[in-house]
Amino acid sequence: MSGYWDPHIERMPIEDLHALQEDRLKSIVRYVYDHSAFYRRKFNEAGVEPGDIQCLADITKLPFTKKVDLRDNYPTGMFSAPKSQVVRYHVSSGTTGKPTVVGYTKGDIETWSESLARALTSIDLGSGDVVQVGYGYGLFTGGLGLHYGAERIGAGVLPVGVGNTERQIELMQDLGTTAIACTPSYFLHMMEVAEKMGISIRNDTELKVGIFGAEPWSLETRKRIEDSTGINAYDIYGTSEISGPLFTECYVKNGIHVWGDMFLTEVIDPKTGEHVPDGERGELVFTTLHKFALPLIRYRIGDLSIMTNEPCECGRTHPRIMRILGRTDDMLIIRGINVFPSQVESVLMNIPEVGDHWEIVVDRKGPLDMMTVRVELTETGFSDKIGDLMKLKKKVAKDLKGVLNIAAEVDLVEPGTIPRSMGKAKRVTDNRKV
Amino acid sequence: MAEIKQISLFVENRPGRTAKVAKTLSDAGVNIRALTIAEAGDFGVIRMVLDDPEKGYKVLKENAFTVSMTDVLAVEMKDTPGGLYDIVDALGQNSVNVDYAYAFVTAKAQRAMLILRVDDIAKARKVLGEKNVKIATKEEIQAI
Repeated sequence: MSGYWDPHIERMPIEDLHALQEDRLKSIVRYVYDHSAFYRRKFNEAGVEPGDIQCLADITKLPFTKKVDLRDNYPTGMFSAPKSQVVRYHVSSGTTGKPTVVGYTKGDIETWSESLARALTSIDLGSGDVVQVGYGYGLFTGGLGLHYGAERIGAGVLPVGVGNTERQIELMQDLGTTAIACTPSYFLHMMEVAEKMGISIRNDTELKVGIFGAEPWSLETRKRIEDSTGINAYDIYGTSEISGPLFTECYVKNGIHVWGDMFLTEVIDPKTGEHVPDGERGELVFTTLHKFALPLIRYRIGDLSIMTNEPCECGRTHPRIMRILGRTDDMLIIRGINVFPSQVESVLMNIPEVGDHWEIVVDRKGPLDMMTVRVELTETGFSDKIGDLMKLKKKVAKDLKGVLNIAAEVDLVEPGTIPRSMGKAKRVTDNRKV
Repeated sequence: MAEIKQISLFVENRPGRTAKVAKTLSDAGVNIRALTIAEAGDFGVIRMVLDDPEKGYKVLKENAFTVSMTDVLAVEMKDTPGGLYDIVDALGQNSVNVDYAYAFVTAKAQRAMLILRVDDIAKARKVLGEKNVKIATKEEIQAI
């Protein structure tokens, strides 16, 4: 049972929260119209003016913003604040084209830190805790974001960044780290290295909390991590366009609290752009209600999730989004069927004989797409009877088929052969030439 | 009586993997008495009887191989027609199942040596003992 960082805001009655959102929506729409040439043009093209936004439902009159807008207006064409007010820049890697630049005013950094301070408090962290930040520092938002949030709640921050795994584990022991923030795939790697070093995370460290995100991960992976290390593993969410990592689950572990006073969250059907009902899956759309260097209106983030407005049993009234199901753009279409890497993960993590590391390779043989799932065999899964190994292969293939509705080849590979990631894991290699 | 320890390895079916196994053992000065490779498409299982299984297990593990140790029987087999039949028939009659087997001959030994992995090793030992089949000891395998 944890406390609240800002009980007044976090437990605000829904009607009051909606009234606050309405006020802030009206002001931010007016603000971007007055300060961003991009939004003034975009609103004009859509035939909408700030005065048309009178209530929350009016948000659907506003056009969406997309990643491509940020790229097209590289570097700072979408900023609303003048250079003199921008105190920080982050730049996302341009894996699929030009990089994108985001900026923050002093107040934006405060809001970002405040968001994480609430989140970290909701998972029982506070003064006296040691938070090891294993996200990248620098242009990536993960490291500095967590850093500021953890400092704000008075925790001791260990800014290790990415990599140097053995040293991370030594420091974890020496400084009594109680919480680690990194990608779930990196933590799985860390578990493996600790074991090789003869260190039990459960018995030889004080680690009690993991804050895992920056890539989709499944409930089954959570169970694996928690069962083998005894820590509580929480999901964290956010992307650089809307600040960086911002939200986590609370100790209840039933959805990620998206602070309604800071962001207005919508869930839409990615095809039609229409709202989907509460509890149904769709694409997340965020409007930054309290961000001033680079406010975004109806930003289509590309992540798929489910939202609920039911208050959480922790007492917080803000909306919750469920575990990210994947991204609209990491969905694979294989033989016409949609496949999310997260589905593959959830199947594999339920089979104890296979390891934590896996990858998907997609090829085209003639007219046919072929999906191969390569997964490491565990030491305990190894039987020297070929029949047992063939049975295991068949079981993995059968379970995959049951969830994905398409057949996949399964390759059992030697432990340690799938490349380990320090940051976001690369799970998919698509060799198809379109 | 101490059983003979067979070393089994999971290896992907790609060039150089078996060489890596052989090199690892060679560097450690471990001698391979018998070896068999069972392949199943993209992977295979190498099974070996070594003169020093503990050391072999240790160095292979250190080199990140997926290794296991299995108790097997090493049975002396008459090098004449019917030699194998006598042994497997006795086991079959007594419902001992043979999971797999492989044989080797050595310069020194008078007879062929049959390595057997069975589902009930104690029972197999008893059945074969009653048939006066000679079962090699760990020390005998080491000394070949």
